[in-house]
Amino acid sequence: MSEPADRSRRRFLQVMALAGGGLLVGLRSLPALAADPDLALLGENTTALGPYLRVEPDGRIFIGARAPDFGQGSHTALARIIADEFAADWTRVTVLPMALGVVSEHGTPQFTLGTQDARGSTTMAAAWEDLRQVGASARWLMREAAARHWKQSAAELRCAKSRVIAPGGASLSYGELAAAAAKLSLPTTPPALKQPQDYALIGQRAGDVDADAMVRGRQRFVIDAWPADALVAVLARCPCLDGDLQYFDDSAARKVDGVEQIVQLPAPSDELPLGTRPLAAAVAVLARSTWAALQGRKALQLHWQARAHADESTAGLLAQAQKVLDAPEDALAVRRDGDVEAADRKATKHVEATYALPYLAHVTMEPLAVHVRIESDRATLQVPTQDPAAAFAVTQRLTGLKAEQIDINFPRMGGGFGRRLDSDFVAEAILVAQAAKRPIKLMWTRDDDLANDAFRPFSLQRIRASLDRHGRILGWRQHMASTSPWHGRGVPQDGLWHAVMYPDDPPAGLVDNLELLWHGLDSAAARGNYRAPGHNATAFAVECFLDEIAHAARRDPLALRLELLGEARTLPYRGFGGPTLDTGRLAAVLRAVAERIEWTRRRRNGHGLGIACHFTFGSYAAHAFEVSTRAGKLRFQRAVCAVDVGRAINPLGVVAQAEGATLDALSAALGQAITIDHGTVQQRALKHYRMARTADLPRRVEVIVMPSQVTPTGAGEVAFPSAAPALANAVFAATTARIRSLPLLPGLQKLL
Amino acid sequence: MRLRRQPDLPPTRPAATPADAGIRQAAPPVQPDAARGGACNARISGHTARCYPQGGDAPTEPRVPLQFLPTQADAIKPEPVREGVDLVINGETYRHTGDPDMPLLWYLRDVLRLTGTKYGCDGEDCGACTVLLDGKAVRACRQPMAKLAAHAVTTVEGLAAADGTLHALQQAFIDNDAIGCGYCAPGQLMAAAALLKRKPRADDGDIDSLSNLCRCGLYPRFRVAIRQVAAARRKAT
Repeated sequence: MSEPADRSRRRFLQVMALAGGGLLVGLRSLPALAADPDLALLGENTTALGPYLRVEPDGRIFIGARAPDFGQGSHTALARIIADEFAADWTRVTVLPMALGVVSEHGTPQFTLGTQDARGSTTMAAAWEDLRQVGASARWLMREAAARHWKQSAAELRCAKSRVIAPGGASLSYGELAAAAAKLSLPTTPPALKQPQDYALIGQRAGDVDADAMVRGRQRFVIDAWPADALVAVLARCPCLDGDLQYFDDSAARKVDGVEQIVQLPAPSDELPLGTRPLAAAVAVLARSTWAALQGRKALQLHWQARAHADESTAGLLAQAQKVLDAPEDALAVRRDGDVEAADRKATKHVEATYALPYLAHVTMEPLAVHVRIESDRATLQVPTQDPAAAFAVTQRLTGLKAEQIDINFPRMGGGFGRRLDSDFVAEAILVAQAAKRPIKLMWTRDDDLANDAFRPFSLQRIRASLDRHGRILGWRQHMASTSPWHGRGVPQDGLWHAVMYPDDPPAGLVDNLELLWHGLDSAAARGNYRAPGHNATAFAVECFLDEIAHAARRDPLALRLELLGEARTLPYRGFGGPTLDTGRLAAVLRAVAERIEWTRRRRNGHGLGIACHFTFGSYAAHAFEVSTRAGKLRFQRAVCAVDVGRAINPLGVVAQAEGATLDALSAALGQAITIDHGTVQQRALKHYRMARTADLPRRVEVIVMPSQVTPTGAGEVAFPSAAPALANAVFAATTARIRSLPLLPGLQKLL
Repeated sequence: MRLRRQPDLPPTRPAATPADAGIRQAAPPVQPDAARGGACNARISGHTARCYPQGGDAPTEPRVPLQFLPTQADAIKPEPVREGVDLVINGETYRHTGDPDMPLLWYLRDVLRLTGTKYGCDGEDCGACTVLLDGKAVRACRQPMAKLAAHAVTTVEGLAAADGTLHALQQAFIDNDAIGCGYCAPGQLMAAAALLKRKPRADDGDIDSLSNLCRCGLYPRFRVAIRQVAAARRKAT
């Protein structure tokens, strides 16, 4: 290396994920990146070993976390993957959130940091593929630098806790070696990864890296930040699902002390896909403080005009769904195996049931907020998004700026659940900032949030099974009518069932004669991704129905499921989370929860046990609950959840996700529903949308993390789908009340 | 990748500003600084009594020392003392001179920039804005400033000791990894602190009375943390 010291010191290890999942590791000197230096990881007196990693001479290590963290613990786990391979001393690691890595190549944006979105529980699986190499490469550089210093073969040296150690016991710290290491070139073949037995951090429990800041109230969410000269923007949105502003009077609003501007946003054009444009027509009040903006909004006189869907209602939607379920011949066949009709004729027993699931709102704990600063040659956004690349695309479309001129920052955010995969609020913020010609902080209030969401789809599912005299399932027909989340998102009509029904979800592949049918429903309410999309609806129907079959055939619900799954084998799985599903792993989580809750011990005194399992996005989960009812009140006696997510990178984080998803799913199943009447959302405050509090839920969730050596899969969604059916099954066991429609509590209270 | 003005850098770097969301470890201790705030609120603790223009903006650039210019004695015209609501927040006295109907939540967040108290709803439903008012848990979103004269408020920023030592509950939250997304944590802590003040031996039934929402479903971890602190106090007495 013959470059001047100051330049070579700043050489970057450029790590790029290749399209095929491979990894390109090379060196690129700083001047090539000068247009876009990474200030977070590049200090004057420090050594950057790549976009993800920086070592200071005093031994402090800064690791960049590339994916959004909205409570799944991804910042902690991502950093530990790199730190383990780097053999870093974890106590000296600081984790920094990274911004979106994007450069323009021949006019098209190229994303330089690999997977930066958080969807479908993929963050850990993607990181396992490429981020270990980042740590291993940096460790190779350290070892090589030490080898040259000692004039010794690198093969004899080992690394541990931020030190390179020679066979004789002599050692050098990473801090001491950093400057020399950064002058080296990486080998052409990627350095070897650690063997699992050498993991020091992976598989060990770790608390959240930001815990201290969180408990002190120091963590700055986007909603907490105050950019200079920004105005707070609060919007009054059209209350109709589909409507526009007729006229408005803002004279009183303009008189509110602190209000500076009023900006009108026209009804969004249907030509742009949902998620890339605002959800509703609106009037924005821009003020110097949140309170002034809220007061200004209250003072607006608004007259809205409903358009085509002025009389939409939940009752109408239900009637529409019932009508199409009576006409299965018009439905779209998602999967057809064998001959369901023939099985039906052969059977000795038939079971049929219909399950109804409502629209659900995401209700992220941190309401949506964005800052936008747009200058002639730069747009800077602080945006709590699960999909930074989508936020970038919206920004680029609306501003016309080049990739290098757009900064998408996404610090820790308060909850996601799929709401932040959409960028409607980003588009809204940019449009307001452009109209106001001022940097703004867009603030959503809770009533905005409940009424303007891309809801979890509404659905009605009818399942009919034919059984032989032993109670075995001969035929299975599942017919779903739902409001597809892809409606209005540029997906062709025949693809609207994707990720709504999964053609290879059990019992598909386990029952010879099977039909999965889907029917779209018409609704003006926006729909989108909600934790475990599709699975959160289909698992409820399938797992409740298996219980109904067991009851009808006088069989044990657990034994029926285990028999259905059969011997351990892999089945092809075409949907997301494939390419295979392992029936043995699904059976194993079922057995684990059954054993823990003592399934075979008979309960008396009105206690009931319920069980359910589901495969979601490559991971496996099962739930078992013991419930009772006393004085008309539902009580949880025990709650058990088992998850198999492959190798658990941070078992403490996996437990948190399993506990959390279980309680989240129970909260939704017990009391939540978004309903529509006269073309407007009825829930305008949390008191109308019942979220469970600590007294409503199990005091403890016993989580079993299945030990595994296989490649990690996601943990954020898997423990959601099977919780609600396990609850409904437990309620049936305790009360003989079969609840087929969620939310559960209103129906249960009627029956008790 | 671009992250501008990151705070975790050697001291030659500009100081962190509120614009730098995502401040992590090694962030400077939060000091409520009236200079960042604005609705003509004077902080009158100690010797400083300063007024700032309404809607004052936070400086983004490092502050440069102002040139010291001599002032003529007759040019000094003392500002009249403003009327307002005097209250104590985390042990310091503040005077609110703006809209008396403004809820405490927005005074804390927008004016004092004490953003540990979170906004989550407007109807006392979620508990994210829970603070202590004279030692009792209240929801700051429904406390108009006019009612708070001569009262004492403690926010999550005032929960730890002055030397930075964490409150036992804060430590228990960390020890049990009761963090999740972290957004409801301040409200949960304040509600739990008030409960333990009222009932130092709080049991499960008492914990059931806490109505703060957690969207990440960490209720069992909060419960364990509170019980641990209650148990430790029982042991100590």
